[in-house]
Amino acid sequence: MLGLINRSFQFFLSDTYGPAMWDSVASEAEIGMSGFESMLKYDDKLTEQVIDAASTLLNRPRESLMEDLGTYLVSHESLLTVRRLLRFSGVNFSDFLNSIEELPERGRLVLPDLELPDLDLLDLGGGHFRLRCTSGLAGAGHIVMGLLRAMADDYGALVLLDHLGSDRGAEVIQVQIADQALYEARPFSLGMTVN
Amino acid sequence: MVELVGTDALPVPLEAFDRLMPLHVRLDHAGRITGFGPTLAKLTAGEGLRGRSLFEVFDVRRPSGLASVSDLHAHAGERLRLILRRAPRPVQFRGLAMPLAAGAGMILNLSFGIGVVDAVRSFTLTAGDFATTDLAVEMMYLVEAKTAAMETLRGFALRLQGDKQMAETQAMTDTLTGLPNRRALAQTLERLTRQSVAFGLMHIDLDFFKAVNDTLGHAAGDHVLRSVAGVLSAKTRAEDTVARVGGDEFVGVFPEITEPRRLEAVARRIIDALTLPIPFDGRTCRISASIGITTSISYTVPEIARMQHDADEALYASKRAGRGQALFHQTGEDPQGPPKINTRRSA
Repeated sequence: MLGLINRSFQFFLSDTYGPAMWDSVASEAEIGMSGFESMLKYDDKLTEQVIDAASTLLNRPRESLMEDLGTYLVSHESLLTVRRLLRFSGVNFSDFLNSIEELPERGRLVLPDLELPDLDLLDLGGGHFRLRCTSGLAGAGHIVMGLLRAMADDYGALVLLDHLGSDRGAEVIQVQIADQALYEARPFSLGMTVN
Repeated sequence: MVELVGTDALPVPLEAFDRLMPLHVRLDHAGRITGFGPTLAKLTAGEGLRGRSLFEVFDVRRPSGLASVSDLHAHAGERLRLILRRAPRPVQFRGLAMPLAAGAGMILNLSFGIGVVDAVRSFTLTAGDFATTDLAVEMMYLVEAKTAAMETLRGFALRLQGDKQMAETQAMTDTLTGLPNRRALAQTLERLTRQSVAFGLMHIDLDFFKAVNDTLGHAAGDHVLRSVAGVLSAKTRAEDTVARVGGDEFVGVFPEITEPRRLEAVARRIIDALTLPIPFDGRTCRISASIGITTSISYTVPEIARMQHDADEALYASKRAGRGQALFHQTGEDPQGPPKINTRRSA
């Protein structure tokens, strides 16, 4: 798996629980102290080791840690890029959700080695959706759910999310758009913010 | 009620034009602008385009020489390059013009082409300013994603470069004293001979160091070596190199100093400073140093190995002469060369 995924876990743990916690996780998971490099490939086993170690050390279930990671990816200030890149997918939350199946392809367009979960959206009508998520990483659906929660916030939409567990090899997320524009969306312009 | 004229002609309401081609221009039979899409309206900020000639509003650059509606008809379906004459900054477009039904004029569709990124920034365009079939938004996404990926790679390269520099410095440094090591010395000597820079070379060996180690222990010995490194750095110039090459052996390289009197003065300053007592843990360490000197100009062709051998010989002569001394190597290579100095006693 591309180090980008592992590195975001590293940043998430370090930013949320402090650098010392990351050091403990790194040592428990038996990976080098310098951590992961985004553009290098790592054995998938390492990702599992990091999540398991964090779950043990923080005494929190894997699923809730993974959901927090998904939220962190979108909402944390140090990762403005992810939020911006996701916002290119739609002008509002419904638009975004309806193009979410393109996500893995959008990722590969930039980083051919990036393996994002395979997503399959079923529109049940009346703002109800089922999102099927297939990934080599067990529990990836929880990351997707955290990400959707944060994106709903970003678009100012009121969205109810529920992880329904696994079904025939895919994790199923229930999405209900209760209000497309309950709050004001966070500002977004197509032109890049020049820093 | 809209009636189809025939299967090869299609009556299209203006709103459809606006949605399908937000950057289009409608022209009458004489080439006058009769209407335009909403995104073009945004760019021209309500400036009165209607009724003006296309060639007045746009500078048609390619194909060259295209200056009338009949020219435009002749090049229908071809790739056009146009510039919107707009103050303060003109905008470049790629264009495609097709005739409408006979006598009904033409329609010209425009695209920012590769300039879309600048256009989006300059005019703060949004996704709504492009047809949903247009890949402009994807283009913006790609540019931003590419920039982020490049930034990540650049950060990686910078970290690697930093690590590499640190590893190189460590490989060239004696860890106990922080002085350059034997490898760094070899590089310095190689560089000076390659660039034909004249230099003085000193082999410095501590006297009575073993006694300090034996009576006061290794901690005292290490302390003394660090103090010696401090003295050697303080008594030499920034452009000189003093390296630790063995337990209590050091080598000094002095670019552009070959005058025996100057080298002797440096050696004497070093010996004098090293003879001062060094306090350690409530006790006093006493050492001194013996020095052997040679210079690159003492040889017709200076060879590093030969020079080091000669400086060593002079060093052992100093040791034999009773320690705390600096002696020049006695060279027999060139009897007409500079005056040879030997057995110069330090004060």
